[in-house]
Amino acid sequence: MIPLSWFLILSAILFIIGLFAVITRKNSIAILLGIELMLNAANINIITFWRYLYAPSGNLDGIILALMVFVVAAAETAVGLGLILSVYRRRKTVVADDLDTLKG
Amino acid sequence: MTLMQVIFLANALVTIFAALMMVTSRKLIHAALWLVLCLFGVAAVFGMLEASFITIVQIIVYIGAIAILILFAVMLTQNAVDDSYKGNRRWLMTGLVALLALGGTLLALFTWPKVASLSTALTTAQLDIGLIGQALVDPQGYVIPFEVSSLLLIAALIGAIYVGMERKGEEK
Repeated sequence: MIPLSWFLILSAILFIIGLFAVITRKNSIAILLGIELMLNAANINIITFWRYLYAPSGNLDGIILALMVFVVAAAETAVGLGLILSVYRRRKTVVADDLDTLKG
Repeated sequence: MTLMQVIFLANALVTIFAALMMVTSRKLIHAALWLVLCLFGVAAVFGMLEASFITIVQIIVYIGAIAILILFAVMLTQNAVDDSYKGNRRWLMTGLVALLALGGTLLALFTWPKVASLSTALTTAQLDIGLIGQALVDPQGYVIPFEVSSLLLIAALIGAIYVGMERKGEEK
C-alpha cells in the first residue's frame, strides 16, 4: 500500500508552498490563502500519523486533533477576513505593505 | 506499484499543481479558485487515509464555508491591486529559502531511523462516526477540548461581528 513517507513528503511540499505564498504575496487575502494551505498540510501530517500508528488500536486522538485544527482555521479565517474588510473600508487598501500605521 | 499508489501520485500531482497555481496566479480570484481545487485534493488524501469523517468535514468546512468566505472577501475588495511578480525582488530569495527548507525537511525525514519501520501497510481500522461523537461528549474523553473549541468559535463569531460592524461617527 502507500508508504507513510509519501504522505509526509506531500504535506511538506504543500506546507512550503503555503509558506512561500505567505512571504511573497502582498495582498492580505492571498496571505490568508497561504495560511489555509499550511494548516491543511499540517492536518495531512496529523491524520497520517494517526492512521498508521494509532488507528489500529481504536485511538481517536488524531481525529479530534484534526477537528480542533478545523475549528481554529474557521475562527481564524472569519476574524481575519473581518479585519481585512474593516481595514479596506477605512484605508481602501488590503496590501500588507501599506498597512504600516504602527510603524510610527 | 499498486493501483492505490498510482491514484495517490496522480492526486498529489494535481494538488501540488493547484497549490503552485494558487501561489503564482496574478488575479486573486483565480488564486482562490485554485485553492479550492487544492483543498479537494487534500480531501481526497484524507479519503485515502480512510478518515471518512475528516474528508466530509474538509469538504463542508473548507470548501463550503472558508473558500466561499474568501471569495466574498476577494469580490468585496475588488479594486485592490493584484500581486505581480514582475519587479518583486522577494520572489527569488523566498523561493530559495523555501526550497532550502523543503530540502532540510526531506533530509530530516529520510535520515530519521524509524522511517523504514513506519512505512507499514495500512491496517483496517474499525472506526465509525458514532465513536467520534461519543468520544467528544465523554467526560473520560474529549469533552474539555470540545467545549473550549465551542467557546473559541463563539468568541470568533462575536469578534468578527464587532470588527466588521460599521460604527457611527467613526473617522474615515
